[in-house]
Amino acid sequence: MPGVTHIDRSIDARGLPCPGPLMSLIGAIREGQVGDVIEILSSDQGTKTDLPAWIHKAGHELIEVEEADGFARFVVRKAR
Amino acid sequence: MDGSLGEAHPEAGQTLSLVLFSGTDDRLTAAAVLTVGAAAMGRRVNVFLQYWALDAFRADRIHKDHGVAAEAGPEGADIVRRHGGQHWSELLRQAKDIGEVAIHACSLSMEMFGITTDDLDPLVDDQEGVASFFMDVDGPVTFI
Repeated sequence: MPGVTHIDRSIDARGLPCPGPLMSLIGAIREGQVGDVIEILSSDQGTKTDLPAWIHKAGHELIEVEEADGFARFVVRKAR
Repeated sequence: MDGSLGEAHPEAGQTLSLVLFSGTDDRLTAAAVLTVGAAAMGRRVNVFLQYWALDAFRADRIHKDHGVAAEAGPEGADIVRRHGGQHWSELLRQAKDIGEVAIHACSLSMEMFGITTDDLDPLVDDQEGVASFFMDVDGPVTFI
């Protein structure tokens, strides 16, 4: 169910152009512990394809994608 | 690199080889975005700086206004300037932080402009000749 996952860290990257939101997520993943759940908000269109692509490539887990008015919310678990 | 993504290690045939010739801010930004994306996706990036691109990497000028490509025109220049986003040098620093990114200065261009390695921003790893650059090329070369 959306919205019930425990969030360890939340990043508001709305307003940042590509590749800003991706770089914010990479930074948070690097700083976090395995198992941490990170939420990131982005209004950049490229992020909608870039975040899932990077999360898959880097071996983490995309738990949730939620479209809102003018932005999207991604919830990611650091898997390693 | 500590392999942030990164841990998807670069494989053979996975190198992005970029030759940067133009020194305008729009082209350098486009090249920096490609570099960040490739580094984030675990590709090695091999950059060769020639002519005006090399000149833009002078430590004392790197943050100055380098203009935009001729095709932009006055209106296009305004659009690019208004868009904001991070400076291309900062994007390249981030790319080097998360991935395996080497930036080489073309020794011919160094001589032509009377530039020494001390004149260049620390983003530039070293200077080399064109044959040395091709030692690390394992696919197509993109010229910007």
